[in-house]
Amino acid sequence: MNIAHHSFLVRYRRMLCLLCCIGFTATAAQAQDVSALVAKVRAKIDQVNDYTAEGRLKTNIAFLKVPVSRIKTYFKKPDKFRLRKEGGISVLPKGGFSVNMQSLILFNDAMAIAAGDGVVDGVKTKIVKLLPNNENSDVILSTLYIDETNLLVKKAVTTTRENGTYDITLTYGQYAAYALPDKVIFAFNTKDYKLPKGVTLEFEDAEKPADASQLKNKKGKVEIVYSSYVINKGIDDAVFK
Amino acid sequence: MWTILQAELFKIFKRPRTYIAFAAIAALITMVQVGMKADGDSYVKFMLSTLGGNFDVQGKIMNGYLVCYIILQMLLVHVPLLVTLIAADTFSGEANTGTLRLLLTTPYSRTQWVLAKFTAVVIYTLLLLVWLAILALVLSMAVFGTDDLFLFKSDYVVLIRENDVFWRYCAAFGFAALAMITVAAVGFLLSIFADNSIGPIVATMSIIVFFSVLSTMNIPLYNTIKPYLFVTHMNSWKEFFDERVTENNEAVAGSIQYPMRIVHSVLVLGIHILVLLGAAVWFFRKKDILS
Repeated sequence: MNIAHHSFLVRYRRMLCLLCCIGFTATAAQAQDVSALVAKVRAKIDQVNDYTAEGRLKTNIAFLKVPVSRIKTYFKKPDKFRLRKEGGISVLPKGGFSVNMQSLILFNDAMAIAAGDGVVDGVKTKIVKLLPNNENSDVILSTLYIDETNLLVKKAVTTTRENGTYDITLTYGQYAAYALPDKVIFAFNTKDYKLPKGVTLEFEDAEKPADASQLKNKKGKVEIVYSSYVINKGIDDAVFK
Repeated sequence: MWTILQAELFKIFKRPRTYIAFAAIAALITMVQVGMKADGDSYVKFMLSTLGGNFDVQGKIMNGYLVCYIILQMLLVHVPLLVTLIAADTFSGEANTGTLRLLLTTPYSRTQWVLAKFTAVVIYTLLLLVWLAILALVLSMAVFGTDDLFLFKSDYVVLIRENDVFWRYCAAFGFAALAMITVAAVGFLLSIFADNSIGPIVATMSIIVFFSVLSTMNIPLYNTIKPYLFVTHMNSWKEFFDERVTENNEAVAGSIQYPMRIVHSVLVLGIHILVLLGAAVWFFRKKDILS
Protein backbone atom coordinates (compact mmCIF):
# COMPACT_ATOMS: atom_id res chain seq x y z
CA MET A 1 0.00 0.00 0.00
CA ASN A 2 1.49 3.35 -0.92
CA ILE A 3 1.35 6.51 1.23
CA ALA A 4 -1.07 8.35 -1.07
CA HIS A 5 -3.56 5.50 -0.88
CA HIS A 6 -3.24 5.29 2.90
CA SER A 7 -3.91 9.00 3.41
CA PHE A 8 -6.97 8.71 1.14
CA LEU A 9 -8.40 5.90 3.30
CA VAL A 10 -7.83 7.94 6.50
CA ARG A 11 -9.58 10.94 4.98
CA TYR A 12 -12.43 8.74 3.74
CA ARG A 13 -12.96 7.25 7.20
CA ARG A 14 -12.99 10.70 8.80
CA MET A 15 -15.55 11.87 6.27
CA LEU A 16 -17.74 8.83 6.84
CA CYS A 17 -17.64 9.44 10.61
CA LEU A 18 -18.52 13.07 10.07
CA LEU A 19 -21.44 12.19 7.79
CA CYS A 20 -22.73 9.65 10.31
CA CYS A 21 -22.52 12.22 13.08
CA ILE A 22 -24.42 14.73 10.94
CA GLY A 23 -26.98 12.05 10.04
CA PHE A 24 -27.58 11.04 13.66
CA THR A 25 -27.81 14.64 14.75
CA ALA A 26 -30.33 15.39 11.99
CA THR A 27 -32.40 12.34 12.83
CA ALA A 28 -32.39 13.18 16.50
CA ALA A 29 -33.36 16.75 15.69
CA GLN A 30 -36.12 15.54 13.38
CA ALA A 31 -37.43 13.16 16.06
CA GLN A 32 -37.42 16.06 18.50
CA ASP A 33 -39.31 18.21 15.97
CA VAL A 34 -41.91 15.49 15.41
CA SER A 35 -42.32 14.89 19.12
CA ALA A 36 -42.78 18.62 19.62
CA LEU A 37 -45.37 18.70 16.83
CA VAL A 38 -47.27 15.76 18.32
CA ALA A 39 -47.11 17.45 21.71
CA LYS A 40 -48.57 20.67 20.24
CA VAL A 41 -51.40 18.76 18.54
CA ARG A 42 -52.00 16.87 21.75
CA ALA A 43 -52.16 20.13 23.69
CA LYS A 44 -54.74 21.49 21.26
CA ILE A 45 -56.90 18.40 21.56
CA ASP A 46 -56.40 18.47 25.30
CA GLN A 47 -58.53 21.62 25.57
CA VAL A 48 -61.58 19.39 25.26
CA ASN A 49 -62.46 17.62 28.49
CA ASP A 50 -65.74 16.25 27.19
CA TYR A 51 -68.18 16.72 24.36
CA THR A 52 -71.54 15.62 23.04
CA ALA A 53 -72.00 15.74 19.30
CA GLU A 54 -74.98 15.19 17.04
CA GLY A 55 -74.63 13.96 13.51
CA ARG A 56 -75.71 11.71 10.69
CA LEU A 57 -74.17 8.35 10.00
CA LYS A 58 -73.90 6.94 6.47
CA THR A 59 -72.85 3.36 5.86
CA ASN A 60 -71.38 2.31 2.53
CA ILE A 61 -70.62 -1.38 2.64
CA ALA A 62 -71.24 -3.50 -0.47
CA PHE A 63 -73.41 -6.14 1.19
CA LEU A 64 -75.25 -3.88 3.63
CA LYS A 65 -78.33 -1.87 2.76
CA VAL A 66 -78.64 0.54 5.63
CA PRO A 67 -80.41 3.91 5.61
CA VAL A 68 -78.76 7.09 6.93
CA SER A 69 -79.32 7.43 10.66
CA ARG A 70 -79.08 10.18 13.24
CA ILE A 71 -76.49 9.53 15.91
CA LYS A 72 -75.05 11.07 19.06
CA THR A 73 -71.47 10.66 20.18
CA TYR A 74 -70.15 11.23 23.67
CA PHE A 75 -66.56 11.72 24.80
CA LYS A 76 -65.03 12.23 28.19
CA LYS A 77 -61.39 12.35 29.16
CA PRO A 78 -59.26 10.34 29.16
CA ASP A 79 -60.70 7.76 26.75
CA LYS A 80 -64.44 7.30 27.28
CA PHE A 81 -66.24 7.27 23.96
CA ARG A 82 -69.76 6.19 23.01
CA LEU A 83 -71.70 6.32 19.78
CA ARG A 84 -75.46 5.96 20.04
CA LYS A 85 -78.08 5.78 17.38
CA GLU A 86 -81.39 7.36 18.28
CA GLY A 87 -83.48 4.19 18.57
CA GLY A 88 -83.42 1.14 16.36
CA ILE A 89 -80.64 -1.18 15.25
CA SER A 90 -77.18 0.15 14.47
CA VAL A 91 -74.49 -1.51 12.38
CA LEU A 92 -70.97 -0.24 13.08
CA PRO A 93 -67.53 -1.58 12.26
CA LYS A 94 -66.19 -3.53 15.21
CA GLY A 95 -63.58 -2.16 17.57
CA GLY A 96 -61.87 0.45 15.51
CA PHE A 97 -64.85 2.71 15.21
CA SER A 98 -64.65 3.69 18.86
CA VAL A 99 -61.36 5.30 18.01
CA ASN A 100 -61.88 9.04 18.25
CA MET A 101 -59.62 12.02 17.83
CA GLN A 102 -58.45 11.89 21.39
CA SER A 103 -57.49 8.24 21.47
CA LEU A 104 -55.79 8.61 18.09
CA ILE A 105 -53.12 10.83 19.47
CA LEU A 106 -53.40 10.78 23.22
CA PHE A 107 -51.66 7.52 23.83
CA ASN A 108 -48.58 8.80 25.59
CA ASP A 109 -46.61 5.63 25.61
CA ALA A 110 -45.61 5.80 21.95
CA MET A 111 -42.60 6.73 19.91
CA ALA A 112 -43.04 9.36 17.20
CA ILE A 113 -41.05 8.95 14.00
CA ALA A 114 -40.95 11.42 11.15
CA ALA A 115 -41.93 9.86 7.83
CA GLY A 116 -41.75 12.75 5.40
CA ASP A 117 -44.39 15.04 3.96
CA GLY A 118 -47.72 14.34 2.33
CA VAL A 119 -50.78 16.09 0.95
CA VAL A 120 -54.32 15.46 2.18
CA ASP A 121 -57.24 17.27 0.50
CA GLY A 122 -54.77 19.74 -1.02
CA VAL A 123 -53.24 20.57 2.37
CA LYS A 124 -49.53 19.95 2.97
CA THR A 125 -49.04 17.66 5.96
CA LYS A 126 -46.27 16.13 8.02
CA ILE A 127 -46.39 12.35 8.19
CA VAL A 128 -45.74 11.00 11.66
CA LYS A 129 -45.65 7.35 12.61
CA LEU A 130 -46.58 6.49 16.16
CA LEU A 131 -45.23 3.20 17.50
CA PRO A 132 -46.65 2.13 20.85
CA ASN A 133 -44.04 1.06 23.37
CA ASN A 134 -46.44 -1.35 25.03
CA GLU A 135 -46.06 -4.73 23.30
CA ASN A 136 -49.59 -5.77 24.25
CA SER A 137 -51.25 -2.72 22.72
CA ASP A 138 -54.00 -3.52 20.18
CA VAL A 139 -52.68 -0.73 17.96
CA ILE A 140 -49.53 -1.87 16.16
CA LEU A 141 -48.85 1.27 14.16
CA SER A 142 -50.58 4.58 13.62
CA THR A 143 -49.64 6.94 10.80
CA LEU A 144 -50.82 10.50 11.25
CA TYR A 145 -50.98 13.18 8.57
CA ILE A 146 -50.68 16.43 10.53
CA ASP A 147 -51.47 19.90 9.19
CA GLU A 148 -48.56 21.73 10.80
CA THR A 149 -50.02 25.22 10.34
CA ASN A 150 -53.35 24.53 12.03
CA LEU A 151 -52.15 21.68 14.26
CA LEU A 152 -54.86 19.31 13.01
CA VAL A 153 -54.75 15.60 12.22
CA LYS A 154 -56.12 15.37 8.66
CA LYS A 155 -55.79 11.63 8.23
CA ALA A 156 -54.87 8.59 10.30
CA VAL A 157 -54.03 5.08 9.16
CA THR A 158 -54.15 2.67 12.06
CA THR A 159 -53.18 -0.99 12.05
CA THR A 160 -54.54 -3.11 14.87
CA ARG A 161 -54.06 -6.71 15.93
CA GLU A 162 -57.75 -7.60 16.13
CA ASN A 163 -59.51 -5.42 13.58
CA GLY A 164 -57.12 -4.99 10.68
CA THR A 165 -56.16 -1.66 9.18
CA TYR A 166 -58.49 1.29 8.94
CA ASP A 167 -58.18 4.79 7.53
CA ILE A 168 -59.77 7.81 9.13
CA THR A 169 -60.04 11.01 7.11
CA LEU A 170 -61.07 14.11 8.99
CA THR A 171 -62.50 17.36 7.66
CA TYR A 172 -62.63 20.40 9.91
CA GLY A 173 -64.91 23.39 9.98
CA GLN A 174 -66.31 25.58 12.73
CA TYR A 175 -64.89 23.44 15.58
CA ALA A 176 -61.32 23.35 14.19
CA ALA A 177 -60.16 25.49 17.14
CA TYR A 178 -60.91 22.49 19.39
CA ALA A 179 -59.52 19.99 16.83
CA LEU A 180 -63.00 18.50 16.50
CA PRO A 181 -63.93 17.41 12.97
CA ASP A 182 -67.13 18.23 11.07
CA LYS A 183 -66.81 15.09 9.01
CA VAL A 184 -65.13 11.76 9.67
CA ILE A 185 -64.76 9.08 7.01
CA PHE A 186 -63.83 5.70 8.32
CA ALA A 187 -62.60 3.16 5.72
CA PHE A 188 -61.84 -0.47 6.48
CA ASN A 189 -61.56 -3.88 4.88
CA THR A 190 -64.60 -6.14 4.91
CA LYS A 191 -64.83 -9.88 4.52
CA ASP A 192 -67.13 -11.81 2.19
CA TYR A 193 -70.76 -12.22 3.07
CA LYS A 194 -72.67 -15.25 1.89
CA LEU A 195 -75.49 -17.21 3.44
CA PRO A 196 -76.67 -20.55 2.04
CA LYS A 197 -80.05 -20.30 0.34
CA GLY A 198 -81.25 -23.15 2.53
CA VAL A 199 -80.79 -20.88 5.56
CA THR A 200 -82.41 -17.79 4.08
CA LEU A 201 -85.09 -19.85 2.30
CA GLU A 202 -84.50 -17.75 -0.81
CA PHE A 203 -84.38 -20.13 -3.70
CA GLU A 204 -85.20 -17.54 -6.34
CA ASP A 205 -82.32 -15.86 -8.17
CA ALA A 206 -81.27 -12.78 -6.21
CA GLU A 207 -79.40 -9.80 -7.62
CA LYS A 208 -76.54 -8.24 -5.75
CA PRO A 209 -77.09 -4.72 -4.40
CA ALA A 210 -73.85 -3.23 -5.62
CA ASP A 211 -71.78 -3.63 -8.74
CA ALA A 212 -69.11 -6.28 -8.95
CA SER A 213 -66.15 -3.88 -8.66
CA GLN A 214 -67.45 -2.57 -5.35
CA LEU A 215 -67.76 -6.11 -4.06
CA LYS A 216 -64.27 -6.96 -5.25
CA ASN A 217 -62.40 -4.19 -3.44
CA LYS A 218 -64.11 -5.17 -0.18
CA LYS A 219 -63.60 -1.69 1.29
CA GLY A 220 -66.27 -0.52 3.63
CA LYS A 221 -66.87 3.13 4.47
CA VAL A 222 -68.70 4.75 7.32
CA GLU A 223 -69.14 8.51 7.28
CA ILE A 224 -70.26 10.73 10.14
CA VAL A 225 -71.21 14.33 9.45
CA TYR A 226 -71.45 16.25 12.71
CA SER A 227 -73.97 19.08 12.88
CA SER A 228 -73.22 20.37 16.37
CA TYR A 229 -70.96 19.92 19.38
CA VAL A 230 -71.52 20.76 23.02
CA ILE A 231 -68.01 21.13 24.46
CA ASN A 232 -66.83 21.04 28.08
CA LYS A 233 -70.29 21.13 29.63
CA GLY A 234 -69.82 17.91 31.59
CA ILE A 235 -71.22 14.43 30.87
CA ASP A 236 -72.58 11.90 33.30
CA ASP A 237 -70.53 8.67 33.40
CA ALA A 238 -73.76 6.69 33.12
CA VAL A 239 -73.86 7.58 29.40
CA PHE A 240 -70.85 5.35 28.76
CA LYS A 241 -72.27 2.26 30.50
CA MET B 1 -126.59 -13.78 -5.44
CA TRP B 2 -126.13 -12.70 -1.79
CA THR B 3 -128.48 -15.51 -0.68
CA ILE B 4 -126.49 -18.25 -2.39
CA LEU B 5 -123.21 -16.71 -1.20
CA GLN B 6 -124.54 -16.88 2.37
CA ALA B 7 -125.54 -20.49 1.78
CA GLU B 8 -122.06 -21.32 0.47
CA LEU B 9 -120.35 -19.59 3.38
CA PHE B 10 -122.60 -21.48 5.79
CA LYS B 11 -121.62 -24.76 4.12
CA ILE B 12 -117.90 -23.96 4.29
CA PHE B 13 -117.88 -22.87 7.93
CA LYS B 14 -120.16 -25.69 9.06
CA ARG B 15 -117.63 -28.34 8.13
CA PRO B 16 -114.98 -29.25 10.74
CA ARG B 17 -112.44 -29.62 7.91
CA THR B 18 -112.50 -25.84 7.46
CA TYR B 19 -111.00 -25.30 10.89
CA ILE B 20 -108.12 -27.73 10.34
CA ALA B 21 -106.31 -25.00 8.39
CA PHE B 22 -106.88 -22.40 11.16
CA ALA B 23 -105.70 -24.86 13.83
CA ALA B 24 -102.66 -25.91 11.77
CA ILE B 25 -101.61 -22.28 11.25
CA ALA B 26 -102.06 -21.49 14.95
CA ALA B 27 -100.00 -24.54 15.96
CA LEU B 28 -97.17 -23.83 13.51
CA ILE B 29 -96.93 -20.15 14.39
CA THR B 30 -97.02 -20.83 18.12
CA MET B 31 -94.26 -23.42 17.66
CA VAL B 32 -92.02 -20.91 15.86
CA GLN B 33 -92.76 -18.14 18.38
CA VAL B 34 -92.02 -20.38 21.39
CA GLY B 35 -88.78 -21.51 19.71
CA MET B 36 -87.72 -17.94 18.97
CA LYS B 37 -88.63 -16.76 22.47
CA ALA B 38 -86.60 -19.56 24.04
CA ASP B 39 -83.60 -19.59 21.71
CA GLY B 40 -83.89 -16.58 19.41
CA ASP B 41 -80.59 -15.14 20.60
CA SER B 42 -78.71 -18.20 19.33
CA TYR B 43 -80.42 -17.78 15.96
CA VAL B 44 -79.40 -14.10 15.84
CA LYS B 45 -75.86 -14.95 16.94
CA PHE B 46 -75.57 -17.54 14.17
CA MET B 47 -76.85 -15.08 11.57
CA LEU B 48 -74.52 -12.30 12.82
CA SER B 49 -71.54 -14.63 12.63
CA THR B 50 -71.99 -14.58 8.84
CA LEU B 51 -70.97 -10.91 8.87
CA GLY B 52 -67.43 -12.15 9.53
CA GLY B 53 -67.11 -10.63 12.99
CA ASN B 54 -66.44 -7.23 11.41
CA PHE B 55 -69.45 -5.44 12.83
CA ASP B 56 -71.06 -4.45 16.08
CA VAL B 57 -74.80 -4.78 15.59
CA GLN B 58 -76.64 -3.18 18.47
CA GLY B 59 -80.37 -3.13 19.07
CA LYS B 60 -83.26 -5.54 19.34
CA ILE B 61 -82.74 -7.74 16.27
CA MET B 62 -85.08 -10.49 17.44
CA ASN B 63 -88.27 -8.45 17.41
CA GLY B 64 -91.85 -9.04 16.24
CA TYR B 65 -91.15 -7.92 12.70
CA LEU B 66 -88.28 -10.38 12.21
CA VAL B 67 -90.26 -13.22 13.78
CA CYS B 68 -93.15 -12.49 11.41
CA TYR B 69 -90.78 -12.55 8.42
CA ILE B 70 -89.33 -15.89 9.50
CA ILE B 71 -92.85 -17.30 9.92
CA LEU B 72 -93.99 -16.06 6.52
CA GLN B 73 -90.89 -17.47 4.82
CA MET B 74 -91.68 -20.88 6.25
CA LEU B 75 -95.47 -20.81 6.10
CA LEU B 76 -96.42 -19.07 2.88
CA VAL B 77 -95.12 -22.10 0.97
CA HIS B 78 -97.47 -24.39 2.89
CA VAL B 79 -100.61 -22.27 3.27
CA PRO B 80 -101.61 -23.04 -0.35
CA LEU B 81 -101.93 -26.67 0.66
CA LEU B 82 -104.42 -25.64 3.35
CA VAL B 83 -106.36 -23.48 0.90
CA THR B 84 -106.85 -26.45 -1.43
CA LEU B 85 -108.67 -28.39 1.30
CA ILE B 86 -111.67 -26.13 0.80
CA ALA B 87 -111.21 -24.81 -2.74
CA ALA B 88 -110.86 -28.24 -4.36
CA ASP B 89 -113.90 -29.49 -2.47
CA THR B 90 -116.44 -26.92 -3.69
CA PHE B 91 -118.06 -28.79 -6.59
CA SER B 92 -116.62 -32.26 -6.06
CA GLY B 93 -117.98 -32.30 -2.50
CA GLU B 94 -121.46 -31.48 -3.78
CA ALA B 95 -121.14 -34.16 -6.50
CA ASN B 96 -120.01 -36.69 -3.91
CA THR B 97 -122.97 -36.04 -1.60
CA GLY B 98 -125.39 -35.86 -4.54
CA THR B 99 -126.52 -32.29 -3.91
CA LEU B 100 -125.16 -30.83 -7.13
CA ARG B 101 -128.29 -31.61 -9.16
CA LEU B 102 -130.45 -30.23 -6.40
CA LEU B 103 -128.38 -27.10 -6.41
CA LEU B 104 -129.09 -26.51 -10.05
CA THR B 105 -132.83 -26.82 -9.64
CA THR B 106 -132.78 -23.43 -7.86
CA PRO B 107 -133.63 -20.32 -9.91
CA TYR B 108 -129.98 -19.25 -10.05
CA SER B 109 -127.89 -19.75 -13.18
CA ARG B 110 -124.83 -21.99 -13.32
CA THR B 111 -122.63 -18.92 -13.74
CA GLN B 112 -124.13 -17.40 -10.58
CA TRP B 113 -123.41 -20.61 -8.67
CA VAL B 114 -119.80 -20.67 -9.89
CA LEU B 115 -119.28 -17.03 -8.93
CA ALA B 116 -120.98 -17.45 -5.55
CA LYS B 117 -118.92 -20.54 -4.71
CA PHE B 118 -115.70 -18.88 -5.85
CA THR B 119 -116.50 -15.76 -3.79
CA ALA B 120 -117.08 -17.99 -0.76
CA VAL B 121 -113.72 -19.69 -1.35
CA VAL B 122 -112.05 -16.26 -1.69
CA ILE B 123 -113.63 -15.14 1.61
CA TYR B 124 -112.36 -18.33 3.30
CA THR B 125 -108.87 -17.72 1.87
CA LEU B 126 -108.86 -14.10 3.01
CA LEU B 127 -110.00 -15.09 6.51
CA LEU B 128 -107.20 -17.64 6.65
CA LEU B 129 -104.71 -14.92 5.74
CA VAL B 130 -106.20 -12.50 8.28
CA TRP B 131 -105.81 -15.24 10.89
CA LEU B 132 -102.21 -15.74 9.74
CA ALA B 133 -101.60 -11.98 9.94
CA ILE B 134 -103.07 -11.72 13.43
CA LEU B 135 -100.94 -14.56 14.77
CA ALA B 136 -97.74 -14.01 12.79
CA LEU B 137 -97.61 -10.22 12.89
CA VAL B 138 -99.84 -8.81 15.62
CA LEU B 139 -99.11 -11.54 18.19
CA SER B 140 -95.37 -11.47 17.40
CA MET B 141 -95.37 -7.67 17.80
CA ALA B 142 -97.09 -8.07 21.17
CA VAL B 143 -94.79 -10.85 22.39
CA PHE B 144 -91.44 -9.71 20.96
CA GLY B 145 -92.00 -5.94 20.65
CA THR B 146 -90.99 -3.93 17.59
CA ASP B 147 -87.78 -2.42 16.25
CA ASP B 148 -86.01 -2.04 12.92
CA LEU B 149 -86.17 -5.06 10.65
CA PHE B 150 -82.74 -6.60 10.09
CA LEU B 151 -82.98 -9.13 7.28
CA PHE B 152 -80.33 -11.61 6.25
CA LYS B 153 -80.59 -12.42 2.57
CA SER B 154 -78.31 -14.80 0.66
CA ASP B 155 -75.99 -12.11 -0.75
CA TYR B 156 -76.68 -9.08 1.38
CA VAL B 157 -78.27 -7.71 4.52
CA VAL B 158 -81.13 -5.20 4.61
CA LEU B 159 -81.97 -2.89 7.48
CA ILE B 160 -85.46 -1.37 7.31
CA ARG B 161 -86.42 1.30 9.81
CA GLU B 162 -89.21 0.46 12.25
CA ASN B 163 -91.56 3.15 10.92
CA ASP B 164 -91.04 1.81 7.40
CA VAL B 165 -91.94 -1.83 8.08
CA PHE B 166 -95.67 -2.09 8.87
CA TRP B 167 -96.90 -0.90 5.47
CA ARG B 168 -94.62 -3.47 3.84
CA TYR B 169 -96.33 -6.23 5.82
CA CYS B 170 -99.79 -4.89 4.85
CA ALA B 171 -98.70 -4.91 1.19
CA ALA B 172 -97.09 -8.35 1.53
CA PHE B 173 -100.28 -9.82 3.01
CA GLY B 174 -102.29 -8.17 0.23
CA PHE B 175 -99.98 -9.77 -2.32
CA ALA B 176 -100.14 -13.12 -0.49
CA ALA B 177 -103.95 -12.92 -0.72
CA LEU B 178 -103.69 -12.67 -4.49
CA ALA B 179 -101.28 -15.64 -4.59
CA MET B 180 -103.56 -17.75 -2.39
CA ILE B 181 -106.62 -16.87 -4.49
CA THR B 182 -104.69 -18.13 -7.54
CA VAL B 183 -104.10 -21.45 -5.76
CA ALA B 184 -107.78 -21.51 -4.76
CA ALA B 185 -108.74 -20.93 -8.41
CA VAL B 186 -106.69 -23.96 -9.49
CA GLY B 187 -108.36 -26.20 -6.92
CA PHE B 188 -111.74 -24.67 -7.72
CA LEU B 189 -111.40 -25.47 -11.43
CA LEU B 190 -110.26 -29.04 -10.80
CA SER B 191 -113.18 -29.64 -8.43
CA ILE B 192 -115.57 -29.25 -11.37
CA PHE B 193 -114.21 -32.37 -13.06
CA ALA B 194 -114.37 -34.76 -10.10
CA ASP B 195 -117.09 -36.57 -8.18
CA ASN B 196 -115.16 -36.80 -4.93
CA SER B 197 -112.91 -34.34 -3.12
CA ILE B 198 -109.75 -36.44 -2.79
CA GLY B 199 -108.85 -36.29 -6.48
CA PRO B 200 -108.88 -32.49 -6.97
CA ILE B 201 -107.27 -31.85 -3.54
CA VAL B 202 -104.37 -34.21 -4.27
CA ALA B 203 -104.13 -32.96 -7.88
CA THR B 204 -103.93 -29.30 -6.76
CA MET B 205 -101.34 -30.12 -4.10
CA SER B 206 -99.33 -32.08 -6.68
CA ILE B 207 -99.40 -29.16 -9.10
CA ILE B 208 -98.15 -26.78 -6.38
CA VAL B 209 -95.40 -29.15 -5.25
CA PHE B 210 -94.36 -29.95 -8.84
CA PHE B 211 -94.23 -26.29 -9.90
CA SER B 212 -92.51 -25.26 -6.64
CA VAL B 213 -89.72 -27.79 -7.21
CA LEU B 214 -89.45 -26.72 -10.84
CA SER B 215 -89.22 -23.04 -9.93
CA THR B 216 -86.39 -23.64 -7.43
CA MET B 217 -84.26 -25.65 -9.90
CA ASN B 218 -81.73 -23.44 -11.63
CA ILE B 219 -81.56 -25.37 -14.91
CA PRO B 220 -81.53 -23.41 -18.20
CA LEU B 221 -84.18 -25.68 -19.75
CA TYR B 222 -86.65 -24.90 -16.96
CA ASN B 223 -85.64 -21.25 -16.60
CA THR B 224 -87.51 -20.45 -19.82
CA ILE B 225 -90.85 -21.66 -18.44
CA LYS B 226 -90.42 -20.36 -14.89
CA PRO B 227 -91.78 -16.85 -15.62
CA TYR B 228 -95.09 -18.38 -16.73
CA LEU B 229 -95.62 -20.50 -13.62
CA PHE B 230 -97.86 -18.94 -10.98
CA VAL B 231 -95.78 -20.60 -8.25
CA THR B 232 -92.70 -18.61 -9.33
CA HIS B 233 -94.59 -15.37 -8.68
CA MET B 234 -96.01 -16.42 -5.31
CA ASN B 235 -92.69 -15.54 -3.63
CA SER B 236 -92.72 -11.96 -4.90
CA TRP B 237 -94.09 -10.76 -1.53
CA LYS B 238 -90.42 -10.71 -0.45
CA GLU B 239 -89.79 -7.84 -2.87
CA PHE B 240 -91.59 -5.55 -0.41
CA PHE B 241 -88.73 -6.16 2.01
CA ASP B 242 -85.89 -5.00 -0.20
CA GLU B 243 -84.90 -1.35 -0.36
CA ARG B 244 -83.46 0.62 -3.23
CA VAL B 245 -79.97 2.05 -2.68
CA THR B 246 -78.29 5.22 -3.90
CA GLU B 247 -74.94 5.37 -5.70
CA ASN B 248 -73.29 5.54 -2.27
CA ASN B 249 -75.09 2.38 -1.22
CA GLU B 250 -77.43 4.18 1.20
CA ALA B 251 -80.82 2.51 1.52
CA VAL B 252 -83.70 4.81 0.59
CA ALA B 253 -86.43 4.67 3.25
CA GLY B 254 -89.89 3.86 1.93
CA SER B 255 -88.56 2.48 -1.35
CA ILE B 256 -88.74 -0.93 -3.02
CA GLN B 257 -85.74 -2.27 -4.96
CA TYR B 258 -87.72 -3.80 -7.84
CA PRO B 259 -91.31 -2.52 -7.83
CA MET B 260 -91.85 -3.67 -11.41
CA ARG B 261 -91.28 -7.27 -10.38
CA ILE B 262 -94.24 -6.95 -8.02
CA VAL B 263 -96.38 -5.36 -10.74
CA HIS B 264 -95.39 -8.16 -13.12
CA SER B 265 -96.22 -10.84 -10.56
CA VAL B 266 -99.56 -9.19 -9.76
CA LEU B 267 -100.42 -9.19 -13.47
CA VAL B 268 -99.39 -12.83 -13.94
CA LEU B 269 -101.38 -13.94 -10.88
CA GLY B 270 -104.37 -11.76 -11.86
CA ILE B 271 -104.40 -13.26 -15.36
CA HIS B 272 -104.20 -16.76 -13.89
CA ILE B 273 -107.20 -16.05 -11.64
CA LEU B 274 -109.27 -14.65 -14.51
CA VAL B 275 -108.39 -17.50 -16.88
CA LEU B 276 -108.97 -20.20 -14.27
CA LEU B 277 -112.27 -18.66 -13.13
CA GLY B 278 -113.35 -18.15 -16.74
CA ALA B 279 -112.51 -21.77 -17.49
CA ALA B 280 -114.45 -22.89 -14.41
CA VAL B 281 -117.54 -20.97 -15.58
CA TRP B 282 -117.19 -22.32 -19.13
CA PHE B 283 -116.69 -25.96 -18.09
CA PHE B 284 -119.43 -25.90 -15.47
CA ARG B 285 -121.92 -24.46 -17.93
CA LYS B 286 -121.07 -27.26 -20.38
CA LYS B 287 -120.92 -29.98 -17.72
CA ASP B 288 -123.32 -32.85 -17.91
CA ILE B 289 -124.42 -33.34 -14.30
CA LEU B 290 -124.90 -37.05 -13.75
CA SER B 291 -124.33 -37.41 -10.01
